[in-house]
Amino acid sequence: MTPITFDAVQVGDELPPLQLPPVNRNTLALFAGASGDHNPIHIDIDVARRAGLPDVFAQGMLGMAWLGRLLTGWAPQSRLRRFDARFQGITHLGNAMCCSGRVAEKLEAERCVRIELQSANQFGQTKIVGEAIVSLP
Amino acid sequence: MIDRKWIGHELPASVLPIERSRLQFFAKAIGETDPVYTDTAAARAAGYPDLPAPPTFLFAAELDSGAAFRLVEDLQIPIARLLHGEQSFMYYGPVCVGDTVTVCSKIGDIYDKKNGALEFVVKTSQAVNQRDELVAEMRTVLVCRN
Repeated sequence: MTPITFDAVQVGDELPPLQLPPVNRNTLALFAGASGDHNPIHIDIDVARRAGLPDVFAQGMLGMAWLGRLLTGWAPQSRLRRFDARFQGITHLGNAMCCSGRVAEKLEAERCVRIELQSANQFGQTKIVGEAIVSLP
Repeated sequence: MIDRKWIGHELPASVLPIERSRLQFFAKAIGETDPVYTDTAAARAAGYPDLPAPPTFLFAAELDSGAAFRLVEDLQIPIARLLHGEQSFMYYGPVCVGDTVTVCSKIGDIYDKKNGALEFVVKTSQAVNQRDELVAEMRTVLVCRN
């Protein structure tokens, strides 16, 4: 990958989007084990129904991890200074999330860029908005 | 209502050893295809001493230790009403296989909106490695829907 440089990046530049496959129960079970989030509401439909929900739903941190992939696919992780996410909606089974980001600001003094992040499903519903600060050479 | 007495509460420290097989499992679970996260040679070629923990991985510390679930029990938030509202990470140094990270958190604030229909719990965390170097700070906002 050609390293991205501070001087070459422009406000408005878009990160190459990351398209994920539809969320299924296997995705949620694997992420429960790997992340340590064993909350059964994400993996056991009986627990979800007892909680008044129609079915299990994705862990918020799964969606944030996907946004992390978007970032580290664009610049090396060692360049990441800050990463914020606001969870705005539940990601349901069958949702195929697309992670996108754009350069919103160049912080000249720090030679960092501020990236605006978003994760939306195939119906255009935004589930996570976020921000990252990335230091560039 | 969540008892405001928990503001200032410090959670017990959570110790997370960064292990190769766990990071490889995490990479698989999130569909990561960049070999930097699964292949030690690729990680070293990229300048890391070993596989790096991905940006959100340290959230696992208080899940593995049970401190996160214990907190929700202490605050008496029913799991069905609990949502993760916000999450932030600030990074100060790399975390790679072979490191041991200790996460210490406290409850910074508890407040409500919409006349108590929504309650918010703000937890701030510091993560240090085995050399006592600060590697990351985290901020979590939990939401309870009443």
